Amino acid sequence: MDAAPKSDAPKVGRDDVAKIARLARLRLEEDELDRIWPQLAKIVGYVEQLAEVDTDGVEPMAHAVERTNVLRDDVPVEMLPRDKALANAPKNDGKYFLVPQIIDAE
Amino acid sequence: MSGSALPTTAVEITAAVKAGDVTAVETAEAALAAIEAGDGDVAAFVHVDRDAVLGHATRVDAKRAAGERLGPLAGVPVAIKDLICEEGQPCTCSSKMLADFRPPYSAHVSDLLLAADAVPTGRANMDEFAMGSSTENSAVKTTKNPWDLERAPGGSSGGSAAAVAAGFTPLAVGTDTGGSIRQPAAFCGITGLKPTYGRVSRYGLVAFASSLDQIGPMATTVADAALMLQAIAGHDARDATCLDEPVPDYLASLDEPLTGLRVGVCREHFVEGLDAEVSKAVLEAVEVYKSLGAEVVDVDLPHSKYSVATYYIIAPSEASSNLARYDGVHYGHRSEKFDPQNEDLVTFYERNRGEGFGDEVKRRILLGTFTLSAGYSDQYYNQSLKVRRLIKRDFVAAFEKCDVIASPATPTAAFKIGELVDDPLAMYLNDMYTIAANMAGIPALSLPCGFTAGGLPIGLQLSAGLLAEEKLLRAARMYEAATDWHTRRPA
Amino acid sequence: MKTTTIIGLEVHVQLLTETKLFSGAINKFAPEAPNTHVDPVTLGLPGTLPVMNRKAYELAVKVGLALNCDIAPFTKWDRKQYYYPDLPKAYQISQYDLPLCHDGYLEIDLPDGGGQKRIGIIRAHLEEDAGKNMHAAGGDSRVDLNRAGTPLSEIVSEPDIRSAAEAKAYLQELKLLMSYLGVSDCNMQEGSLRCDVNINLHLEKEDGKKVATPIVEIKNMNSFNGVEAAILYEEKRQLEAFEKTGKTIDDAPKATRGFDLDRGVTYPMREKEEAADYRYFPDPDLTPVTITDAEVETIRATMGEFPADRRSRFVAALELSAYDAGVIIDQGVAFADYFEEVHRACGDPKRAANWCTQDVLRDMNERGEGLVAFSAAVPASVLGGLLRLIGDGDLTTAAARDEYAKYLGGDYETAGGTTPEDALAHVRANAEAAGALTVKDTGALEAAIAAVLDKPSSDKAIEAVKGGKQQAVGPLIGQVMKEVKGADPKTVREMLIAAIEAC
Repeated sequence: MDAAPKSDAPKVGRDDVAKIARLARLRLEEDELDRIWPQLAKIVGYVEQLAEVDTDGVEPMAHAVERTNVLRDDVPVEMLPRDKALANAPKNDGKYFLVPQIIDAE
Repeated sequence: MSGSALPTTAVEITAAVKAGDVTAVETAEAALAAIEAGDGDVAAFVHVDRDAVLGHATRVDAKRAAGERLGPLAGVPVAIKDLICEEGQPCTCSSKMLADFRPPYSAHVSDLLLAADAVPTGRANMDEFAMGSSTENSAVKTTKNPWDLERAPGGSSGGSAAAVAAGFTPLAVGTDTGGSIRQPAAFCGITGLKPTYGRVSRYGLVAFASSLDQIGPMATTVADAALMLQAIAGHDARDATCLDEPVPDYLASLDEPLTGLRVGVCREHFVEGLDAEVSKAVLEAVEVYKSLGAEVVDVDLPHSKYSVATYYIIAPSEASSNLARYDGVHYGHRSEKFDPQNEDLVTFYERNRGEGFGDEVKRRILLGTFTLSAGYSDQYYNQSLKVRRLIKRDFVAAFEKCDVIASPATPTAAFKIGELVDDPLAMYLNDMYTIAANMAGIPALSLPCGFTAGGLPIGLQLSAGLLAEEKLLRAARMYEAATDWHTRRPA
Repeated sequence: MKTTTIIGLEVHVQLLTETKLFSGAINKFAPEAPNTHVDPVTLGLPGTLPVMNRKAYELAVKVGLALNCDIAPFTKWDRKQYYYPDLPKAYQISQYDLPLCHDGYLEIDLPDGGGQKRIGIIRAHLEEDAGKNMHAAGGDSRVDLNRAGTPLSEIVSEPDIRSAAEAKAYLQELKLLMSYLGVSDCNMQEGSLRCDVNINLHLEKEDGKKVATPIVEIKNMNSFNGVEAAILYEEKRQLEAFEKTGKTIDDAPKATRGFDLDRGVTYPMREKEEAADYRYFPDPDLTPVTITDAEVETIRATMGEFPADRRSRFVAALELSAYDAGVIIDQGVAFADYFEEVHRACGDPKRAANWCTQDVLRDMNERGEGLVAFSAAVPASVLGGLLRLIGDGDLTTAAARDEYAKYLGGDYETAGGTTPEDALAHVRANAEAAGALTVKDTGALEAAIAAVLDKPSSDKAIEAVKGGKQQAVGPLIGQVMKEVKGADPKTVREMLIAAIEAC
């Protein structure tokens, strides 16, 4: 772990942030990493305070208004014509979205 | 156009358009002219499509000419925050990532505004992907506070707030994930309402944090806010979290004072970090309620001090997932630096996303990726969801003792542009009073309650229980009717 | 050294809904029209939201019930995050810690009449399919999102499977079950049933020491033969690797391999640089779904007869051979329904089974058409009518075959009415008009027999029959039948023998 921006050791160091960036598919240039990692360390240091809250027996709350069973009938809607579907694609051939050749096997 | 001044509030405009005193095209032209004249300084809009605006207005006038019944927002110019899809218009979220994106569909709210005969009048600037409290995180431009052009209008709906405060449009659509309607409303001296979560459909609202995001009105008066909420609230089957509950007539009862109103005040809100002028103005507002016959009661919100920390785990966690789709494959920015001969798919994504997003968005994606990652999600994400329930329980208990809770909307009046930009955490703390309502899903609004010695507006926040918008608006209107802060306009 | 193969299967079954799991875009295989079965939700466009398809949920419950699973009274949807061009949102909506169905089993028939075996089911959850990447040689990869958002049931078995043949039997039974219930068409060419194989070996050495080889996951197989071949190959490969390197499950993490059907070998897939971290969390756009026991029972009541139960009933109640029952059931639910309609119309299950498993199957295959096209030509009521006429002695088998061929060849209108009675009348009328009905007029037959027996050329045969050689009557039968068209040869034979013995 890198040196802390403050006296207490940070939970998140420069290498950790680089690793997280890769997981998040975010390219960070060296200077960006230098700038951002101490900011993140400080924010993580701040949110650490939640550890002090006694939450024994408290159910997690993932929704602001908790409801169940919102389902729709199996009925078709209007679909997008292909030209509209592809219109925002950075690259397409009129039929497919195009991405650089992906080689992920053998 | 007649020589007399055009009406300025939405309520007045729509009445005049319906009566035939002015045309929708005249009001639209007036809005466009005001934007032309003033937006060079304020920078509230990222895109104004003059032809589209006049096209909408012409359609409203044609409807009237044909003897058709006009909708509740007939001829009212409305600024649209640049993250709500309008088919064919840009929807950039003030991000380089979506600089060229034009959605092939419209948001439910956009459809409703058109159905109400409103005139969408341009795309309002915002913090990139709604992440920020100053609009400085826009990749397009920095919006200025119309009260002081060196100060921030707040954020993330800073463009929407500035457009209304500057008198460009009487109404604006904003969105609020942790205070993004109420904080800029407070900074700009207008009224902004975050409805109950699920009151307004999120379909077509580009997601920041799905369990917190909510669309709401920004206006110069409580009545205008009520008018717009009336038009956009209600069930939409395309949003599974949208509430299937009847929408009351918010305007019908608006001017009736609430008898026996109980105004809750929470001691924890008036502590260190709160500016003395803001504190004074808010406590004076509470006195106004007393003078109107309201009972003031103490309420406890013991977990609200954790709301910022809770928010900065939940919102980034959801955002890291919601924004994963911007990878340059199906839409959005694609880097030209990618080298297919020597680089792999991971690098392709990294380059696209690294170039497309600004610093604040990157920080939050990184933070959320971390708080959801293996080995940490229990400690951070799951714990934050539990604290969220405790925050909600506090409100449920509080609203057994009172009808609305009065608090500051922000700890200070508008800060200077650039003042907090290098200290993200200090910026985050600007939302310390607004975040809890998003956590609990309850409605809350900010309305003007005074000015600092330096002439900056101060916002009073009122919050109420789930789906209690009617009560909330009436309580706000009581205060508004007794004061004249809302009538003041920037020079 | 004693080796035991340990296999667990993860099967993805596409569910037969009209629309996708989370949007109203059409759920239909259409590789010829890429990116046409999409709407803003399928494309994962900014601002779009998922809404759960009720039918998909119910089908997923049916999967669970068919596999004897417990149905979770409370279930939720989680986001599984990973980046791939065929995944437009960069997360898949799936189920993490609260799967809809769990703790079930599937009974399979062991190969070579080895009896039955119960394969445990760990879970069967509901999730959305991804689109498709196509790797072109050179140039860019192409992405088609037609498949994106298709509802999938992911069925994860316990590692209870011990051989390639068992794996195949499991998959066949699963496919049969899914298609019987109308849950999935399980069309493997179209990828509506796909399978990942988890496999390793448990080895017991001569000294009694037990070790296990590293676990390998073979990804994305879409043919039963492929699964079988991949397992056979992997059994050999893992044993050889162990003998060479001595590496056990403790020395290596789970590895991912692909299978090359042409070469019949598995090959290592590129390992990801970092361990997968899917960062599951509950999807805030979707609400949890609850279901009561009563609702589960309502769904169960709509499921109809499971194939295994139907097979047993065919044997027990209809007295079919186990073999014939199996053949009929294995053709799928539509064929079994066709058979049942035929046997009800003809009143003789065995005769119906013989025709269905021989003539019908043969002709369906020769025509290369499915049952729908076949039964348009020869409706079950028509075939049943023909077979009833045989049973009643009104048609000879040969004549019935001729009539059947005419229906098949389109010589007859098949509109015979909707009731079996109407169809029977129609079949009879056609046969009569063709002069195919068996002549039951014994007077005419007696006359013809007397005439044939009177011929001197018949003397030799008469003597032989009298001498006990009944088969010598054959040529005489032919002569009689030449005279009386439509006579039943069996009747003619009996009458001839009786006449010879009487003279």
